[in-house]
Amino acid sequence: MAVMTYLEAIRETLRQELRRDNRIIIYGEDVGVRGGVFRVTEGLQAEFGEERVIDSPLAEAAIIGTAIGAAVNGLRPVPEIQFADFIFPAINQIVQEAARIRYRSNGDFGVPLVIRAPFGGGVHGALYHSQSVEAFFAHVPGLKVVIPATPYDAKGLLASAIQDEDPVLYFEHKAAYRSLKGEVPDERYLIPIGKADLKREGKDLSIITYGLMVSYAQRAAETLDKEGISVEILDLRTIRPLDVEAILDTAKKTGRVLVVHEDNLTGGIGGEVSALIAEHALFYLDAPIMRLAGPDVPAMPYSPPLEHAFMVTPDKIAEAARKLAKF
Amino acid sequence: MADNSVTPELQKDIYYHMALARALDDRMWILNRQGRAPVVYSSNGHEAAQVGSAFALNRGEDWIVPYYRDLALVLAYGMTPREIMLHLLGKADDPNSGGRQMPAHWGLKRRHILTTGSVVATQDIHAAGLALASKILKDGRVSVAYFGEGSTSQGEFHEALNFAAVHKLPVIFFNENNGYAISVPARKQMAVMDVAARASGYGMPGVIVDGNDPLKVYEVTRQARERALAGEGPTLIEAKTYRFVPHSSDDDDRAYRSREEVAEWKKRDPLTTFEKYVLENQILSADEHAAMQKKIKETVNDATDFAEKAALPDPSTLELHVYH
Ligand SMILES: Cc1ncc(C[n+]2csc(CCOP(=O)(O)OP(=O)(O)O)c2C)c(N)n1
Ligand SMILES: [Mg+2]
Repeated sequence: MAVMTYLEAIRETLRQELRRDNRIIIYGEDVGVRGGVFRVTEGLQAEFGEERVIDSPLAEAAIIGTAIGAAVNGLRPVPEIQFADFIFPAINQIVQEAARIRYRSNGDFGVPLVIRAPFGGGVHGALYHSQSVEAFFAHVPGLKVVIPATPYDAKGLLASAIQDEDPVLYFEHKAAYRSLKGEVPDERYLIPIGKADLKREGKDLSIITYGLMVSYAQRAAETLDKEGISVEILDLRTIRPLDVEAILDTAKKTGRVLVVHEDNLTGGIGGEVSALIAEHALFYLDAPIMRLAGPDVPAMPYSPPLEHAFMVTPDKIAEAARKLAKF
Repeated sequence: MADNSVTPELQKDIYYHMALARALDDRMWILNRQGRAPVVYSSNGHEAAQVGSAFALNRGEDWIVPYYRDLALVLAYGMTPREIMLHLLGKADDPNSGGRQMPAHWGLKRRHILTTGSVVATQDIHAAGLALASKILKDGRVSVAYFGEGSTSQGEFHEALNFAAVHKLPVIFFNENNGYAISVPARKQMAVMDVAARASGYGMPGVIVDGNDPLKVYEVTRQARERALAGEGPTLIEAKTYRFVPHSSDDDDRAYRSREEVAEWKKRDPLTTFEKYVLENQILSADEHAAMQKKIKETVNDATDFAEKAALPDPSTLELHVYH
């Protein structure tokens, strides 16, 4: 057991997986010699060689398209998209191809593929290095979307994603890379995809969230605890498939639900979570479901006052939760 | 240096803009290291390619669609040093984006510099589209897309060339080939030696030029523009050059290229080479040169002070301009 950053947990898992299964290959822009622009894959090309850790041409459609072909033909590709914002040149390959191949071939072909991409803002990344793109993919049956909240989960979920027979998008929050630390066991372990995690028990209200926002919600919960408000936190871990049971359980238990994400409000996962609760647990609620999300503007601006106004913060979460508790 | 028809006045102007761009660029790195500018992207090393090509255009009338490398280009195209510094510092009066975009994401309607995002190669298609309108409207404008060699791996680059060639559009595709896409060398980007080789596959001329010689770049760009205006269609220009600094202030280029390689290219620094040329050929006297240096220093100081004092955007403006 070692204490690791979120980033190190991902790197060490990739290393362990590459050692375990020689069908795994990693590729993408700058992932080899440079070890990735965030250094996630640092040292992996030196250990596993240029055939298994590949510096690819600057072409996302080609990265994902070739990964699909390679996956069908027996490899387990784990391509990296340098920033989630640059996944869109590949969206045709992901949505039209990877997601639909099993279905359209009546089960004959499958695409065991993990697409890793850093996402999220608050790091001076501006419009094109800050986006949260998960909702686009969570809309698509055939894809799985995983967003770990801790170094421990980062490891167990990545190993599960690599073992999965279907395409998985694995999003890593940039601000989590070096700010989140935690204990990570040395041995391999799996965290099931599609199972949420009750991060904190409470009785007055539930915050349902995922990714970096889990630790922001935890900070908010500590503040609120001192004010006498007891907060429960459910970490979704996977936003497709959603853990419906866990969502309904916490909603029924506290009767007050705040859904939080950095992705913008309209069409975000918060809408789906809210709809599930409204459909299946309405009469357990003591207050309307509340959502706190990024504003409906096209992307995060650069200038600090604008970036700050955009970001969901522990303070904003605490503020929303106070209102909900008082309702 | 090229045997050329450019007047001494024009050569002075080219030199001035190259030197001013380098000085602004150097200042930006200082601001970054002092914690006063979070991110810097540089045109350091690319000045001859950018300024030489800009001066061959009808500046402010022809459209340019730059990328983040193009500080010297937009400067030569009429963006002021104050405007450039306002942009760097994300100030409310930044005319590129009101502080919304990351530094080096240019756009200035007044000078026909189209706004650009970060997603590489998208601008190539926009330049073709601008040119499509020019052809239909007969407005006499040429459009120029600027891009790195790494971005030519994107499908959109190829789609832009094909579309433009089929329709004989008045557009120039101007590649600044510095041999690297962040850490990835050009040989891992393409199996051919030259970006210009792509052109023949689409039915347009591909021209290779020494990107560290502004007069040669000027000349090939002028010819490409004439061709475009004559209705003969697009040209792909490949300016071979080098960036002397890391990809951005977040990069460390020691991880992927040797100091010897950088030093070798540095011997052909476009700024010092052209400086030597204008001085030796008495295009610029020593006195004029000294006066110019002084003016550049003052201009950079003024732009920095002006931008540092300027106001940041008000948070209440966050939701403006999502729609008309
Ligand atoms: C579609 C897309 N993918 C990835 C990136 C991240 N990125 C920014 S610049 C860059 C390298 C570009 O290299 P090149 O085109 O040669 O231009 P240079 O910076 O060398 O001038 C990469 C990979 C991006 N901006 N857009
Ligand atoms: Mg390049």
